[in-house]
Amino acid sequence: MKLHGAEIVDTFAEAFPMWGARVVITAATPDWALEAGRSMTGFATSVIGCKCEAGIERELASDETPDGRPGVSALLFAMDREGVGKRLVERVGQCVLTCPTTACFNGLDAEDTVNVGGQLRFFGDGYQASKVLAGRRYWRVPVMEGEFLVEERFGAVKGVAGGNIIMFAGDEERARHAAEAAARAMRGVEGVIMPFPGGIARSGSKVGSRYSALPASTNDVLAPTLRAQVEHTDVPPEVGSVFEIVIDGLALEPVREAMKVGLVAAAEAGASHVTAGNYGGNLGPHHIYLRELVP
Amino acid sequence: MTLTLTLREQPDVPLEADVLVPDRLAGADDIGALPVWHGKERVRVDDFFAVSGTGDDVRLEGDLSRVRGVGVGMTAGRLTVAGDAGPHVGAGMRGGELHVEGDAGDWAGAGMRGGTLVVRGSAGRHLGGVHPGERAGMRGGEIVVHGDAGDRAGAGLRRGLIAVGGNVGDAAGLRMLAGTLVALGSLGPRAGAGMRRGSLVTMAPVTPLPTFAFACTYRPPFLRLYLRRLRALGLAVSDDQIDGRYARWSGDGVELRRGEILILEPS
Repeated sequence: MKLHGAEIVDTFAEAFPMWGARVVITAATPDWALEAGRSMTGFATSVIGCKCEAGIERELASDETPDGRPGVSALLFAMDREGVGKRLVERVGQCVLTCPTTACFNGLDAEDTVNVGGQLRFFGDGYQASKVLAGRRYWRVPVMEGEFLVEERFGAVKGVAGGNIIMFAGDEERARHAAEAAARAMRGVEGVIMPFPGGIARSGSKVGSRYSALPASTNDVLAPTLRAQVEHTDVPPEVGSVFEIVIDGLALEPVREAMKVGLVAAAEAGASHVTAGNYGGNLGPHHIYLRELVP
Repeated sequence: MTLTLTLREQPDVPLEADVLVPDRLAGADDIGALPVWHGKERVRVDDFFAVSGTGDDVRLEGDLSRVRGVGVGMTAGRLTVAGDAGPHVGAGMRGGELHVEGDAGDWAGAGMRGGTLVVRGSAGRHLGGVHPGERAGMRGGEIVVHGDAGDRAGAGLRRGLIAVGGNVGDAAGLRMLAGTLVALGSLGPRAGAGMRRGSLVTMAPVTPLPTFAFACTYRPPFLRLYLRRLRALGLAVSDDQIDGRYARWSGDGVELRRGEILILEPS
């Protein structure tokens, strides 16, 4: 199937459940909110090595936040609800509590919740105080700058991780250009993040390794430099570089939507092929077929 | 559907009418036969009120400033007093919405546990206060008064929010345990006397008791949430108040000194 000259491979992305939460960070300026958001979502590219996957969903205007200050919303995903709680406590505690002028709020109404502010309050060493407003409890933690405000409980939902598209092109510049266009388009979709740097991974992995200690290793069938060394390659002869975009979302539909707009953008931006990664249907219950995404 | 009770004549003495709550009225077969107390005399609702309509959206019409206990302990529904309300309006309420379109008497919302009480006019003494013999007063919910409030507002406050659009009288937050009282006007003398925890907020200069100690001037992050909430509830909260800096006084030193009075700094 062709789209804007790009070959859309007839395959599917295989996504699986992960628990997710939305964190709203506000600050005195947009820059500080963004700084805290970047810090909180740093080193969170893959649950394999980072215990969670996280990213900035979007920047928020003052009229979109609970306290009327500029902010960002970030999404964080872990394998279970307890993992979401632990990672949030670690990351909000180390990266948001410490950042000048920030406050931190739950951004997701959900039946399941995890305790975040109720743990971080202990940093106040007994001087913390709580406030309950409109049924939500907040903790005021005194700090050197003044006061850190954090909501006690954050909603957690069973989301969808591992949505992906993989873009080929003749060389690194053209493949990267297509991936950048796809990532840019995907950032407009609410409820998803692309957890890799700039949204793009150059090092998609396969499960396992010849080294027993490693759970994952380079995806040799998609590495152009290995074309002549491996028994089987999925890199077409005219392709010189490959990038992947991984998508995590709070539900399946936003992941599908992000893949759709990314696929179109990549094709328009000069990708020679667009495909997707799967594990033969054995890993995850969500199979997102590229042919269903082509407009 | 709205159930409307219209006061036909003013009682000679205060009318005890704690049956005038949506919970009881909605379940009554004969609303007119429900008992109220006129002094020591047990009388019927329809001796004083004309009843029309049905439902748990209740509207009381007339000058009810001599009717006590309207909305006491209500748990759900909506109750509107289209005029002044007498003492103890909304006292002990646990849920629902109670709107007083005029003034409210003493003890409005005293011992409240939940729900929302809105007074478009002013409130008397002991707003959200503590009943004699009890340690804790209001324990939850929201009280919004658009006018002024009398002495001892928020006395014994344990949880919840009291917001007053105008000035508050003497000894606001007397012996309060926690919770928040916001005055968009001034606080009278002896504010926070004996308070253990909680927040008193005022937009006008006040001199705290000598047992309060100045901490710093800053922008309390939680206050932005509260003030934006109050603006959404209809109070005239200005941007300067939301963005402003507040002097923090900790007290009361005769207690835990874990409470605070926040005073808006002139811009």
